[in-house]
Amino acid sequence: MNHSADRSQSTYLTGFVLAVLLTAIPFALVWGGLLVGPAVYAVIAVAAVLQVIVHLVFFLHIDLKSTPVENLFFLVFAAVLIFIMVGGSLWIMMDLHHRMQ
Amino acid sequence: MSAATILEEEQKHALHSREFGFWIYLMTDAVIFALLFASYAVLAKNSAAGPTSKELFDLGRTSVETGLLLVSSLTFGMASIALMHDQKGRVVRWLIVTLLLGLAFLGMELSEFSGMIDKGAGPEVSGFLSAFFTLVGTHGLHVALGSLGIVVMIAQVLTKGLTAPVRSRLTRLGLFWHFLDIVWIGIFSVVYLPGVL
Repeated sequence: MNHSADRSQSTYLTGFVLAVLLTAIPFALVWGGLLVGPAVYAVIAVAAVLQVIVHLVFFLHIDLKSTPVENLFFLVFAAVLIFIMVGGSLWIMMDLHHRMQ
Repeated sequence: MSAATILEEEQKHALHSREFGFWIYLMTDAVIFALLFASYAVLAKNSAAGPTSKELFDLGRTSVETGLLLVSSLTFGMASIALMHDQKGRVVRWLIVTLLLGLAFLGMELSEFSGMIDKGAGPEVSGFLSAFFTLVGTHGLHVALGSLGIVVMIAQVLTKGLTAPVRSRLTRLGLFWHFLDIVWIGIFSVVYLPGVL
């Protein structure tokens, strides 16, 4: 009992430290103007995706062993829906924007 | 098997279904936010000769808001750990800390909104600002409802104690609170950071 509680507290703290790092990196880059051009956007995007994964694993305790399979199914289903709808909308609108110029 | 154990099994089963149902709700909420993000990404540059994101956003404020939400996620985690240990007092104390952090976040966000509206950058000015207020405002509304949820749960822990239904509700509220922090990662990565570049 005590042991699992220790592990759980360290889980939250690990997640917190990782989240702080993954927040500090993009903020520092943008604030300090350390990078320019598309590289900044790439770093922001990668840090955001990594931080979402950190939150899912360390705060929401999603893993492939203990999380019920139906919960994982809906998580993946939502991710696919989001990918199709957001990706599709952006694709169409960027294309339109390009053609209107 | 006695009637009491059967009832207990039945209750466990019912609470498990609610947790699953809540998870489905969170995923649908994620889809709503994703579409608001897509609208914002499409409209972000359309400031209609009004103020642009570069003139309006203040990264200092955004970083403090980000810190408040992130620390509140950690303190809710501490409340969840106290719940595992059956420490009622600690659950309530960590929930109060989380509530204060959530309210501080809301206060900062509301002062940002009213400051923007005073500067003539309200939601009616341009496509960019309509999308901004819809996306960030929807997140703020969720944080306000989450804070209300924390108040209700503090009251329930104090009056009902750590019974099985109260534990289940606290767990679900925790999922909701951590989920809001995930949405905020999207907001600072899509709205604020690219907005000042």
